[in-house]
Amino acid sequence: MSPLLYVAQRGTAVILAVAVAVHLGTILYAVRGGLTAGEILGRTQGNHAFLVFYGLFVVAAAVHAPIGLRSILREWTPWRGRSLDGAMLAVAALLVVLGLRAALAVYVA
Amino acid sequence: MSAGTQTAAPRRNALRAARPRAARPRAGFAAALLHRLSGIALALFLPMHFIALGTALQGADRLESFLGLTHNGFVRTAEWGLVSALALHMVLGLRVLALEWFVTRERTALVVSACVAAGLAVGLLFLLGGA
Repeated sequence: MSPLLYVAQRGTAVILAVAVAVHLGTILYAVRGGLTAGEILGRTQGNHAFLVFYGLFVVAAAVHAPIGLRSILREWTPWRGRSLDGAMLAVAALLVVLGLRAALAVYVA
Repeated sequence: MSAGTQTAAPRRNALRAARPRAARPRAGFAAALLHRLSGIALALFLPMHFIALGTALQGADRLESFLGLTHNGFVRTAEWGLVSALALHMVLGLRVLALEWFVTRERTALVVSACVAAGLAVGLLFLLGGA
């Protein structure tokens, strides 16, 4: 792994460690007695802190996941080179677009 | 002291020392494999999770009807697996960061077992929470 990818992977891992811990705590709290759209949106609608937190979470995950997948694919398959890097960039772009759209959806809904 | 005792003691010590050395690569391999598999599962799940939440753009009713589709045993089992995988991936990732940045030696089997236990504990809490 190149130094740039290593720093990006480990740097986002630190952000994700905090974000995932908060997210897991929220999940365990939210699922008590069932999960409804009203409950989810009641917490998220118009909540600026929520939008900033999940925006950062999404961007960190979108950087972290493709770098990890790239390492696994290089270890377990013969796939290398620009096609692999391009595919992982596409995965990152997909995660950013879908993730920010999801965070915005539950913020403005 | 007899010659037999003199040769047996170092041999016993060597056998004792060899046992943890043999266990370490297995625990380390298991940790690496679990970290990778949980990461792949999460990467595959994330787009679907985002698309599901994105249905809120079409109104709360749309999100509610989507959540209604998830009220079955198969999805509940998958949700439990993903919550466990998320917790497991996080703690195994923290282990990697600790190994790379802070710790020079670790009790691998113990630490990896604790990581797996933490992942399963979060999954259990998720189930007990009424998911």
